[in-house]
Amino acid sequence: MSISVHNISKTFKDVTAVNNISFDVKEGELFGLIGPDGAGKTTIFRILTTLLFADKGEAIVANYDVIKDYKSIRNHVGYMPGKFSLYQDLTVEENLEFFATIFGTTIEKNYDLIKDIYVQIEPFKTRRAGKLSGGMKQKLALCCALIHKPKVLFLDEPTTGVDPVSRKEFWEMLKRLQKKGITILVSTPYMDEAALCDRIALIQDGKILEIDTPQEIVKHYPKKIYNVKTDNMYKLIECLKSYEHHYSVYPFGEFVHYTDKRDDFNPNELHRFLEEMDAVNIIIQPTETTIEDTFMELAK
Amino acid sequence: MNNKNVIKVENLTKKFGDFTAVNSISFEVKKGEIFGFLGANGAGKTTAMKMLIGISTPTSGSAQVADFDVFTNPEDIKKNIGYMSQKFALYDDLTVKENITFFGGIYGLSRKQIEEKRCLLVEELGLQDIVNELVGSLPLGWKQKISFSVALLHNPKIIFLDEPTGGVDPITRRQFWEMIYKTANNGTTVFVTTHYMDEAEYCDRVSIMVDGKIEALDTPTKLKEQFKADTMNDVFLKLARG
Repeated sequence: MSISVHNISKTFKDVTAVNNISFDVKEGELFGLIGPDGAGKTTIFRILTTLLFADKGEAIVANYDVIKDYKSIRNHVGYMPGKFSLYQDLTVEENLEFFATIFGTTIEKNYDLIKDIYVQIEPFKTRRAGKLSGGMKQKLALCCALIHKPKVLFLDEPTTGVDPVSRKEFWEMLKRLQKKGITILVSTPYMDEAALCDRIALIQDGKILEIDTPQEIVKHYPKKIYNVKTDNMYKLIECLKSYEHHYSVYPFGEFVHYTDKRDDFNPNELHRFLEEMDAVNIIIQPTETTIEDTFMELAK
Repeated sequence: MNNKNVIKVENLTKKFGDFTAVNSISFEVKKGEIFGFLGANGAGKTTAMKMLIGISTPTSGSAQVADFDVFTNPEDIKKNIGYMSQKFALYDDLTVKENITFFGGIYGLSRKQIEEKRCLLVEELGLQDIVNELVGSLPLGWKQKISFSVALLHNPKIIFLDEPTGGVDPITRRQFWEMIYKTANNGTTVFVTTHYMDEAEYCDRVSIMVDGKIEALDTPTKLKEQFKADTMNDVFLKLARG
């Protein structure tokens, strides 16, 4: 195991940020912590990177104990915090050199690992980090977290606030790093990114709701989901919520995801109900469960 | 929704030195419409939005927002719009009640009006138990819902939402969109930016900015047809990646 977490808890004053959490990440695995702000993701990262003591429980990272061997862990992990934490008044190149030097290495020695990413920001290597765009800051931060060739890479919400194009590119970079044998623990509030991980933990209010592969997690959803659409989204949501047999009603892109309380649900009945409510251009069709559906069901 | 335009933008441009952040954009937004304003980071969305809410003077072009001109009447614009961003929403060290009173006062409501609005809000959002809590102690989802309602205190004609749902859990995100639908249904225009492409589908029309220009503008359905894409995410990737 590359990361082992056993019954970790952490409380800040009267808020339990992490509540008895356990999980393992295998060597070379891309593991995702999926959950909204306030779920406890950052606290877990800070405990695993030896920046914060847990109140209870044990954690092992790259075969080192997070308390006894904290110095060794710091040499063997890379950490990209959610908040941009590089030196704003050093240039791109100076930041990278600085991080290489503190870890007792050079840019040249591990250039191979960062090359793909660094070439994209190299044209701006004399620019101060504070003057970079969001996407470029993120790439520089990743380079700095990688420059000492860590065994385990911790990425805390690397794609939050990032547009879909840059997000896609970022995940492609992660896949390439994973092929080089680096274990990656990544957190995200974007449920669609969960599908790109080998395994995920769904987390909310300091607790893990479920751990499995993205493919397995959706199979545990208890209901058949239907896509429903009419001309007026707002009215449709109101109508479906007033339908006595509804189990859940959630807007999902251009459709509403609808589930029914009854096991023998007949879509034609719902069609008739919507017609009576003056809905037009009614579409009702079965659809696949997504991780977001599962998350919402578990988080209810 | 009727056909009255509450935002009219023509060849609006903003330059910083020799860098053109917003390059001659033109569009209209109707009363009661939910208008999605999308684009990659750095495409110029924030700059454009700042001009529309009257806090940044355009370099050239013209824009009317809520019937006022961005060049000559920016102060009137501010009185007739609501604005909510993810970064600045409410004061963490004031209670919910104090925030409502403070923003109501800023918007020029009388004590009586503020009192009425507050009761209405407490009722609608179910705030009975938390109205005297500090905002800083509330979960993000609550803050965002309250912040949205506060931005509507003065019954603005248009509400501008800058990534209102970032980091919010999926259930709250949907409750938030139900509030948006309700607001639009009541005739307030909603101008919203988001990085969640499923939310782009919830908009009546969507514009996508690329390098300072609006490269696409239509209903989600028509954009998907036009770009032969199944989802708005694919439309966005096709456009922004070129």
